Amino acid sequence: MELLRLENVTKRFGGLVAVNKVSFTVEKGEAIGIVGPNGSGKTTLYNLINGVYFPDEGRIYFEGQDITELPTHARAPLGMARTFQIPRPFGGATTRENVAVGAMFGHAKASVDEALEIADEYLKLVGIYDKGDVEAARLTPLEKKLMEVARALAMKPKLLLLDEVMAGMNPSDIDQLIELLKRVKEEEDISIVSMVEHLMHAITKFAERVIVMHQGEKLLEGPTMEVLNHPKVVEIYLGKKVV
Amino acid sequence: MKDSLKNLTDVSLLWLLAIIAVMAVIPPITNSITMREDIFLILQYIALAASLNIILGFTGYVSFGHIVYYGIGGYVAFALMYFYGIHLIPAMIAGGIVCAIIAYLLGEAVLRLRGAYFAIATIGINEAVKALVNNLEFLGGSAGLFFNFKIYQNYGGAGNAIWLAYYLMAILAIVVITSNYLIKKSKFGLGLMSIREDEDAAIVLGIDTKKYKSLAYMLSAFFPGMVGAIFFFKNGNIEPVNAFHLLKSIEMIFMVVLGGFGTVTGPFVGSLLYERIRGLLLVNPLFKDLHMAVAGIILLLLILFVPSGVIGYLRDKVAILRRYVE
Repeated sequence: MELLRLENVTKRFGGLVAVNKVSFTVEKGEAIGIVGPNGSGKTTLYNLINGVYFPDEGRIYFEGQDITELPTHARAPLGMARTFQIPRPFGGATTRENVAVGAMFGHAKASVDEALEIADEYLKLVGIYDKGDVEAARLTPLEKKLMEVARALAMKPKLLLLDEVMAGMNPSDIDQLIELLKRVKEEEDISIVSMVEHLMHAITKFAERVIVMHQGEKLLEGPTMEVLNHPKVVEIYLGKKVV
Repeated sequence: MKDSLKNLTDVSLLWLLAIIAVMAVIPPITNSITMREDIFLILQYIALAASLNIILGFTGYVSFGHIVYYGIGGYVAFALMYFYGIHLIPAMIAGGIVCAIIAYLLGEAVLRLRGAYFAIATIGINEAVKALVNNLEFLGGSAGLFFNFKIYQNYGGAGNAIWLAYYLMAILAIVVITSNYLIKKSKFGLGLMSIREDEDAAIVLGIDTKKYKSLAYMLSAFFPGMVGAIFFFKNGNIEPVNAFHLLKSIEMIFMVVLGGFGTVTGPFVGSLLYERIRGLLLVNPLFKDLHMAVAGIILLLLILFVPSGVIGYLRDKVAILRRYVE
């Protein structure tokens, strides 16, 4: 079953083509990795899927519904959630309230009391339940990332967009988070799109399929190991052999 | 809805309402006119500060010229009573509704602005409305309007009319504090909090920020409109200089920040403290015309050292208070 479909999506900023005629689909329950070097258009792609920008050309469909020009806030209730590259907690609120906001306004559409219960459930899941009453601004960078994952999951999304969520984490934390995401994906049938710049080993453990972005274009798409070992990908990351 | 009704019996709201109610019944019991005037002023401060708290404290939008709604509500109600002899209560509600409508329309434009730009725009609105009213002949221009004393006869004489204004102000203060509490505990309130903390993240999380901000702005304009109606009814005259006095706007901000913005008890505590500070400084010949300067210095120190205000600070330091002080 197809969940998300991009058709020839293009976004320009002045003369710069940030995303150029990109098409792909995400199936229900699938884990996809989007890789590409800095400036390859990954974040712009997320902002297009998410509605922060509207594309100049092309269409975007979610569960068959055309959402190309649907306002951002209307996409979360449909079942779309994302985390940010740099975590964006509601600093003055408690960690529990942060996660509860996700449950109230996302696809879960919970009441205040239900949302607080859902929040506790997901705080336990990501392992920061003991920080529930702490102001989110006071969390460590790792805890902030975990809080964002909990907040996104509490929305009960169908599609979860992770933006460099593993960057800056140590390897054992990354492994833990990957295990957790795999489990949630199976249990709740979520499609997860994860974008990374450099953490290739994380992607190989997690993604079933990989899309490689380069200079705003989709360069390659296919099974993870096959794509990551492709000469073109090696060339983007490591450069051409001179001799 | 069930959630909010359950919240009404919460201790952290009840003790606050009890204090306001007890305070409000002292003057009628002791029949003291000076007490009545003092407490009327405090109740007015509470109602104004708690109204501003909805947009400033909960939503994080610094409405600097918020007094404009006090003036508009005052003028609408005053004109209805002056020209058509309408009773204070319907005139007051009309004043509030007109303010909410104007806030909706202005909000469509100014709520797109953020930070200092929004604050400056609201000052501009206040000054523009003041200039407009100054030039409206039928509202008396810069001289304003004066009640004919006969108007008070409908209320059983001037004495009774003033008491009516007093009781209405007490009820209004209680209503505004209660609505602050209900908002804070609701889904709407948590949506506003998200806007205050990170508006762009709030949008991505599914909050219709445009609608939420608009509603918060309308509510925070509705109540000052009614406060203005009661005040100018009791005052017996209304003129642009008094109705749209930017100084009163700064007083409102001061009270909210002093008490603790975004809390429910904060605006109440801020109002009490400000009334005391103002009283002490006004009667002291040394500070006679300087009370706003002193308030300004306090405001500066607060923002530097205790940005969360008295209640925010106490809630932070004393864990047990978090259960009883909202």
